[in-house]
Amino acid sequence: AAGMFLRLLSDVRWRAANPKWRRMTCSRRSTSSTAEPHPVSLPAQAQVVICGGGIMGTSVAYHLSKMGWKDIVLLEQGRLAAGTTRFCAGIVSTARHVSVELKMADYSNKLYQQLEQETGVKTGYVKTGSVSLAQTQDRLISLKRIASSLNVMGIPCKIITPKQVAQLHPLINIHDLVGAMYVPEDALVSSANVSLALATAASRNGVQIHERTSVSHVSVQKGHVTAVETDRGQIQCQYFVNCAGQWAYELGHSGEEPVNIPLHACEHFYLLTHPLKEPLASNLPTIVDPDGRIYIRNWQGGILSGGFEKNPKPLFTEGRNQLEIHNLQEDWDHFEPLLSALLRRMPDLEALQIMQLVNCPESFTPDMRCIMGESPTVRGYFVLAGMNSAGISYGGGAGKYLAEWMVNGYPSENVWPLDLKRFGALQSSRTFLRHRVMEVMPLMYDLKVPRWDFQTGRQLRTSPLYDRLDAQGARWMEKHGFERVKYFVPPGKDLLDLDQSKTFYKPDWFDIVGSEVKCCKEAVCVIDMSSFTKFEISSTGDEALESLQYLFSNDLDVPVGHVVHTGMLNEKGGYENDCSIARLSKRSFFMISPTDQQVHCWAWLKNRLPHDSNLTMEDVTWKYTALNLIGPRAVDVLSELSYAPITPEHFPSLFCKEMSVGYANGIRVMSITHTGEPGFMLYIPIEYALHVYNEVMNMGQKYGIRNAGYYALRSLRIEKFFAFWGQDLDAFTTPMECGREFQVKLEKGMQFVGQEALLEQKQNGVYKRFTMFILEDHDTDIDLWPWWGEPIFRNGRYVGKTTSSAYSYTLERHVCLGFVQHFDEKTGEKLVVTADFINQGEYEIDIAGQRFQAKAKLYPFSSLFTHRRRKDEEELSGYQRE
Amino acid sequence: FYLTPPQVNSILKANEYSFKVPEFDGKNVSSVLGFDSNQLPANAPIEDRRSAATCLQTRGMLLGVFDGHAGCACAQAVSERLFYYIAVSLLPHETLLEIENAVESGRALLPILQWHKHPNDYFSKEASKLYFNSLRTYWQELIDLNSGETTDVKEALINAFKRLDNDISLEAQVGDPNSFLNYLVLRVAFSGATACVAHVDGVDLHVANTGDSRAMLGVQEEDGSWSAVNLSYDHNAQNEHEVERVKMEHPKSEEKSLVKQDRLLGLLMPFRAFGDVKFKWSIELQKRVVESGPDQLNDNEYTKFIPPNYHTPPYLTAEPEVIHHKLRPQDKFLVLATDGLWETMHRQDVARIVGEYLTGVHHQQPIAVGGYKVTLGQMHGLLTERRARISSVFEDQNAATHLIRHAVGNNEFGTVDHERLSKMLSLPEELARMYRDDITIIVVQFNSHVI
Repeated sequence: AAGMFLRLLSDVRWRAANPKWRRMTCSRRSTSSTAEPHPVSLPAQAQVVICGGGIMGTSVAYHLSKMGWKDIVLLEQGRLAAGTTRFCAGIVSTARHVSVELKMADYSNKLYQQLEQETGVKTGYVKTGSVSLAQTQDRLISLKRIASSLNVMGIPCKIITPKQVAQLHPLINIHDLVGAMYVPEDALVSSANVSLALATAASRNGVQIHERTSVSHVSVQKGHVTAVETDRGQIQCQYFVNCAGQWAYELGHSGEEPVNIPLHACEHFYLLTHPLKEPLASNLPTIVDPDGRIYIRNWQGGILSGGFEKNPKPLFTEGRNQLEIHNLQEDWDHFEPLLSALLRRMPDLEALQIMQLVNCPESFTPDMRCIMGESPTVRGYFVLAGMNSAGISYGGGAGKYLAEWMVNGYPSENVWPLDLKRFGALQSSRTFLRHRVMEVMPLMYDLKVPRWDFQTGRQLRTSPLYDRLDAQGARWMEKHGFERVKYFVPPGKDLLDLDQSKTFYKPDWFDIVGSEVKCCKEAVCVIDMSSFTKFEISSTGDEALESLQYLFSNDLDVPVGHVVHTGMLNEKGGYENDCSIARLSKRSFFMISPTDQQVHCWAWLKNRLPHDSNLTMEDVTWKYTALNLIGPRAVDVLSELSYAPITPEHFPSLFCKEMSVGYANGIRVMSITHTGEPGFMLYIPIEYALHVYNEVMNMGQKYGIRNAGYYALRSLRIEKFFAFWGQDLDAFTTPMECGREFQVKLEKGMQFVGQEALLEQKQNGVYKRFTMFILEDHDTDIDLWPWWGEPIFRNGRYVGKTTSSAYSYTLERHVCLGFVQHFDEKTGEKLVVTADFINQGEYEIDIAGQRFQAKAKLYPFSSLFTHRRRKDEEELSGYQRE
Repeated sequence: FYLTPPQVNSILKANEYSFKVPEFDGKNVSSVLGFDSNQLPANAPIEDRRSAATCLQTRGMLLGVFDGHAGCACAQAVSERLFYYIAVSLLPHETLLEIENAVESGRALLPILQWHKHPNDYFSKEASKLYFNSLRTYWQELIDLNSGETTDVKEALINAFKRLDNDISLEAQVGDPNSFLNYLVLRVAFSGATACVAHVDGVDLHVANTGDSRAMLGVQEEDGSWSAVNLSYDHNAQNEHEVERVKMEHPKSEEKSLVKQDRLLGLLMPFRAFGDVKFKWSIELQKRVVESGPDQLNDNEYTKFIPPNYHTPPYLTAEPEVIHHKLRPQDKFLVLATDGLWETMHRQDVARIVGEYLTGVHHQQPIAVGGYKVTLGQMHGLLTERRARISSVFEDQNAATHLIRHAVGNNEFGTVDHERLSKMLSLPEELARMYRDDITIIVVQFNSHVI
């Protein structure tokens, strides 16, 4: 079959170069008579140029052409499907942790299934199913969580016993298994042939495919793609799609205007064997043994088995000139642990003869999720790459989403977790990528427990207080390269080390965070929140106000010194960003957004603000250290340090004032805490940070001040029903759906982005509703903890998923936040969700297959909390971010 | 905060270099199988240098480590030049004539050395002409001298060392019209460097040493254990003979001031070195050169400072002690290293660690299945066996790297402690020098099949 595969490749190579390609794609026999030595010349212009003829490039071409775009050129430096795609193991697996990845894989599977019929190209599609094994109880929990997700999506999936595993596969050794997950619809394909089939269909739809054509760089004018330079001349174009796989990083950096695509290749090994004496059936399920770090599929009557080892070998750090992809060496010593795992799983294979150890590099990204979307700096420059070795599973879905993005302006699903703009230049250091991917590749098969943090590539961005906090027992996590405190380990207290504190149950920091929360409620805590993205927008005239009024849904024409919580919405009314904006003067605004908005928000505003020299926007994130002074005694600490009256009359809620704190002048103080608790955010020019921190800690001593971290903050705001962007809120959620109508001023006297959509929702009602769930029969000490992504059941029927959760130390219960939808019982059609619908149901939350009763609430428990707030402070609630 | 193992590895492996002597007809006829070298900086920039080259006009291979002080200029110059001086000293009369004629008539020169360099080992482009002219003067003198006798390696090594040091001194006195070069030759002369150089030709191993770097032979005893044989003497205050020598060379009145606090004139640790004209020139010469030199030199307190009790220079020499050793089958490897290694590790441990490492990975040629019939079970057995053999050295493909890992990371039990290693490697530049010195190591592996 390998020979066959090569022949097919060579056929396509020159057929692609043949002008008659379009008419002849179906009749392979006729091709041999019309060999055409000279390649067709490139067109001078095209609407879209796609670089890369692997599964990604062909899938994008396929979907774009299906959606009606015809003027497309696909360029491939070698031959179609000859890179990573050719070497790919061809397993289509839907068992994914992230919901959007799961959807992509499901779509891919369905697409590949009918591709042969659609195109006439043999794809080798066989529905074999897959079995993921668990050697430990924790692994089984992890599989059960995936199974819950698959089931509510309508993908058949079962948790089975070791005995059932043995019935599914004749060779498997089950004595060390505790269970497994069976997904009967997972499939095998020949990835190169899938790619060729997609190319064939695209070509029939008018896409021009040119092989042996390399892109040298992309030309950009005024921040927009204008042309692609190749070794065979220039093509002018409006859109460029970088599907260059492991070369995507380099290609991104080849032009004058660099596009950062943070990915890095690692060697990946798999083994091919000769057939067994009694050849394996081609419909035998694929086995995934994550605890053994291997996968095993049937291949030509023998097996194909590879894995993700603990000690990966990164390569191409210095770029492609290192060595050619085809000349990579087999490394048996490196493969030894995986071979051991294979023989432990299938001892009878010992006598099987080796055919080859294939070394096929795969590209990995800093967070194990693929990279998709438009460059934040170059418009019309799209990227689809970094598949973390799941290219064939994602190929169909990813290509579809990217095509939708280009044609419609945004995909039909929330793809923020995959968006290129979640990264910036700061993740593009080669050293960072090299170190990080060495951690990411083993993670493919590591146990995914709640709240794990990357260990490599750390301490890149830090607050000036980092060393001070670290010396006081801070434990750190990282967001967008910034170190943030999770909690402070009190002196003398020993926490378990990292590996052992990985748990699906109650974590070891439970009491520590509890005492930080208590201190926030009763005294005062200080939390370093410097990582937030901070922009200053100002103008010489009224341009700033006018533009912001158009781009934000709340009314920003407030008196100077006021702070406004507002969404930055898209045309559909969905949250592109959720931020607080302080009006510093009539003509200047200070905007605070979530940490990971730094690139996305900047690009969004840059693309929409008028190109007006009177209007300036500056990223001042690095200029300020932010301290959150949180708790009832915050006011006492601050007033003693500033000698200024800070009573509610002088300093009402949602207010911003520059004042002195200790010796330092010009500290921007805002009466918000991002939690609904009383207190202040201090924005401190960085050179004063240490001084102000020391002053606050000294003065705060008599009020019982202590340091706190993000876990305390998280518990506080989730129990107050605050949604946060990036987790609860996304581009598909409107303020109306999450109870934030009050942050939308439909009548502010001018149009704003998303207004129409919101008006319509106001009239017709919403189709999902952000709801808070209090777990009732859940025992915090012994039950599995919720995380996010747990299915929600209403009267026994699936209605949605949770988006975040935390233990509320005040309610002494777990709180989950999530969206409830209303599906028609017969047709499955989405219906309007009313308050009655929410209030009149019996709810259950499914945690890894176990259901817990939950109470649904549409409004927070303000009465339960000791601190009662005035009416205007109520506005605080419903506002939050990560 | 700790460096992760991959980060530690990338630091340790940054300067590693390996060279394998090429085989002919699947056989290596040389007595040297190859060498591994590496260096780990503590100073920024590193003051150690290393060189390795094969002599092309005579037989043999040259390997050397150079430990600079008061800057890296002298060590750099010696690392570039010394092997040429040695090679020229070893050349027969006819070859010297041939070379001189080629230069004279502008023909292509016979290559003298084939260098084996890590990309970070650089040669100064600017000074190459100057260096070449000095070298040419040397061989012209050798031609004129034509003794007619076959060249003795020991003598050649001594001559080359002395001649190079003399040239360094002269170049600084004469100066250069090019201000960059002028400053360079002065920096070379005013800084210093020790040198430990091995010349291997068949079973004849010569080690020429000047200063406190060290050469050590790794010997495998009949029972398989490892022992160390010194092939150099340290030239420092711990060496009684050296102290005696220095005292002999100066009047009795200076006896007390010659060696103070284990240092020459209370200042210099090594008792022999290249450069260091402050310990070689008369006070008048030093003053004259400094005053007529460029401002940078004049402003430099170190160069202007005259050592105390400086009465009868020179106090320092670059003349090496040469030890000749006939290689035996049990002599498995040679370690050349600067004092950064020997300060932290006993030679016996060095012999054991390198010995075990080399026997472990000696057979680790990569496996390739090729066209053979191999079953998964067979392959698995083979791999497990290989892994057991090398588990302790799994991470390193380079004996010098492996040795550095032990030198920096060893705990009290003599095993590498990752935490300690990580701490030592993440020390900030300004602190690193307080905890460790630059370390440079060359491990030469001998070919037992030939010896």
